[in-house]
Amino acid sequence: MSESRKLNLPSRIESVAEAAAGAEEFGRSIGLADDAMYAIDLAVRESVANAVKHGNKFDETKKVEVTFTDTGNGIEITVRDFGTGFSVEEIPDPTQRENLLKTNGRGILFMRSFMDEVDWEQPDGGGLIVKMSKKR
Amino acid sequence: MADINISERQAGDVTILDLDGKVTIGEGSVLLRGTIRRVLGEGKTKLLLNLAKVGYIDSSGIGELVSSYTAVSKEGGTLKLLNLTEKLQDLLAITKLLTVFDVFENEGEALSSFN
Repeated sequence: MSESRKLNLPSRIESVAEAAAGAEEFGRSIGLADDAMYAIDLAVRESVANAVKHGNKFDETKKVEVTFTDTGNGIEITVRDFGTGFSVEEIPDPTQRENLLKTNGRGILFMRSFMDEVDWEQPDGGGLIVKMSKKR
Repeated sequence: MADINISERQAGDVTILDLDGKVTIGEGSVLLRGTIRRVLGEGKTKLLLNLAKVGYIDSSGIGELVSSYTAVSKEGGTLKLLNLTEKLQDLLAITKLLTVFDVFENEGEALSSFN
């Protein structure tokens, strides 16, 4: 049976560091290497920050649910918010010349760059789930 | 304790900000923003950010570097970067911001470039 851990975090900025600490602890416990740990740390921070800011819009009555699962050949991470959801395709490409000097919009790029797989789902109960995986 | 410390030194008319720590969402980004706005308010518009000891930066921190660059440019000044870590170099390459920032590995060369 695969090992997993779940965090229920309030929608505030401090939850970003809390989720990252949880990822660090879980990743070390299943023996992930430093390179994978850096990727996971960055992706968890970016996805939880998005969930707090853009998903739940800092509404502390809404939680951010984070799960870590040992898949055997790596780690799967889900981050769920309870906001109104959004279409990832609508996020402007931050590497386009006209977007280079924008101050935000790079988190998804980092998640896609450092993780092996990143997908988004809009669950029936509302909100958005980011599902990411990283091989050992 | 703050995730980052920023100390300031002067080399001629160039203000060097030595960053030590993490530039991430929340405190790190806010401190960088406040420091940049303060030195601009003091009329210092030639800024060199020494990032040698920035062990970690996220998209919010990258956004703050961009915001700083824009703020300095609006005042007619110049902001350049010194001593990128390998990780930060990677992030700036991924975001294509290496095409925006002037980046140096040597402080003397960086200072000469302002003249």
